[in-house]
Amino acid sequence: MADQERFAEDTEQFVGSLYSAALRMTRNPADAEDLVQETYLKAYRAYGTFKAGTNLKAWLYRILTNTFINTYRSKRRHPEETELEDGEDFYLFHRLGGLEAAAAGRSAEDEVLDSFTDDEVKQALESLPEAFRMAVLLADVEGFSYKEIAEIMEVPIGTVMSRLHRGRRALQKALHQYGMARGLVAAEP
Amino acid sequence: MGSSNNDEDCREALHRIYHFLDGELTPERRAEIEEHLNSCSPCLQMFGFEAELRRVVANKCRDSVPTSLRARIAESINHEHEHADPRAAT
Repeated sequence: MADQERFAEDTEQFVGSLYSAALRMTRNPADAEDLVQETYLKAYRAYGTFKAGTNLKAWLYRILTNTFINTYRSKRRHPEETELEDGEDFYLFHRLGGLEAAAAGRSAEDEVLDSFTDDEVKQALESLPEAFRMAVLLADVEGFSYKEIAEIMEVPIGTVMSRLHRGRRALQKALHQYGMARGLVAAEP
Repeated sequence: MGSSNNDEDCREALHRIYHFLDGELTPERRAEIEEHLNSCSPCLQMFGFEAELRRVVANKCRDSVPTSLRARIAESINHEHEHADPRAAT
């Protein structure tokens, strides 16, 4: 049993990552603040049921995700988006191949990646349909394991892996679009 | 390089690239892939790129927390604490 008196102290360190996740989910700063506040309030109320010593961050993300799905998504009447155009594996890498050869250095691709702005990467992630966006966010930004993501999103591990696979491909495609728009990568032949 | 055995190793490595990067492989499988990467620079390059992309995404998806948010959280918890439903305390 976790002690409610210690709630603020225990959970304070997660405000930043929960706020970032909320921003990616809601794509709106005002809604993101509301979502995080609501999450903390619900977590505080339920803190007595949290088993001390287990994964607090994952527990908070589960509340955040539930709150988002139950409140903000239905409020905005976003349809359940599960359709995602299929792309190929290693989409971005394959398109940087020519560039890499021209620059004759292994770091050429890394330089392209580094030259993306924060806003471009955020927008690319936010352009993914919700189910895929959340899987990629939880794995690639927050570093949760497949098992933890399955628990947070309340879906089977196989679903997590498939959403991650397809979501990552779509993210690479979206980044490639930004890269082309800015002339960082060559346009499609 | 170029033997059918090697091609098979490359396919196997690329098939497991995300499980590898996500830390979801058994130590044995992980060691097999590491061994392959030590001797196959095309695969190593691909793994390096995917790992770097992941670092870039993680690093660039951070946001500064509005100071008002921390205050709002503290305030709503204090309010809840002061007006706590006795049933909720058990």
